[in-house]
Amino acid sequence: MTLAVGQEAADFTLPDTYGRGHSLPKGRPAVVVFTCNHCPYALAWHDRIVDVARDYEDVSFFAINPNDAERYPADSAEAMRERVERDGGWPLPYLRDESQEVARAYGARTTPHVFVVDAERTVRYAGAPDADYRDPGQNAAWLRAALDAVLAGEDPERAETEPVGCSVKWRQ
Amino acid sequence: MRVELLWWEGCSSFPETIAEVREALSEEGVDPDGLELREVETDEEAARERFPGSPTIRIDGEDVLPPAEDEPYALTCRVYRLRDGRFSPTPDPADVRAAIRRAKEKQ
Repeated sequence: MTLAVGQEAADFTLPDTYGRGHSLPKGRPAVVVFTCNHCPYALAWHDRIVDVARDYEDVSFFAINPNDAERYPADSAEAMRERVERDGGWPLPYLRDESQEVARAYGARTTPHVFVVDAERTVRYAGAPDADYRDPGQNAAWLRAALDAVLAGEDPERAETEPVGCSVKWRQ
Repeated sequence: MRVELLWWEGCSSFPETIAEVREALSEEGVDPDGLELREVETDEEAARERFPGSPTIRIDGEDVLPPAEDEPYALTCRVYRLRDGRFSPTPDPADVRAAIRRAKEKQ
């Protein structure tokens, strides 16, 4: 079941594409995005999410790939590293959730599936980055609005939306 | 002209693809009701059907946007590029229309 708004976010420590561990911070808002390499929805939204990560310096961002890389080799740790290097680096760490435990703890359903967590580690937004993967002009508006609210100490007006994308590829 | 749309339920793009292909067929003067829908449900079916992902559209057996030769056959969502370069889970309707026109010219 997906973590609901108001629930405590699950902590994690996961390796990035260079093997460095990253954990959910304390005392600082964070955005956790379950995403991957092989899904067209994740790819369509990727640049918008990267732009948000660049625009919100007071927020920690994490991209987490939980997909079964045996069945989907495009999501292997090596393929993740190649993608980040091909892009010349990302402004957020791209983490490998090999055991899929973090994805299960959050109840991630799709790639992408976005969670906004406040400084007290409470989930304040869960869902899609914006209303339309096809329209770059949407500019991850739902995610940005949620962040603006959290940073202002307010409740996001739209706290939960339906995630849209490819199903998380669980191990069988 | 035989137009097939192969799809997998794990990728939510197939309803809009069906609508877009039917619209493209109508625009090109081909009966949209002739569109054959075929669900691919297992890895074995994906291999047998040479299915590189959902959705896959074939006209007279030819993929409207042939995948790379090393593209694996799998239950996955297919990544398309629209004509403006954006990633998309569905092909650019202009590419579908162009494939229909090519098939008509061969007839």
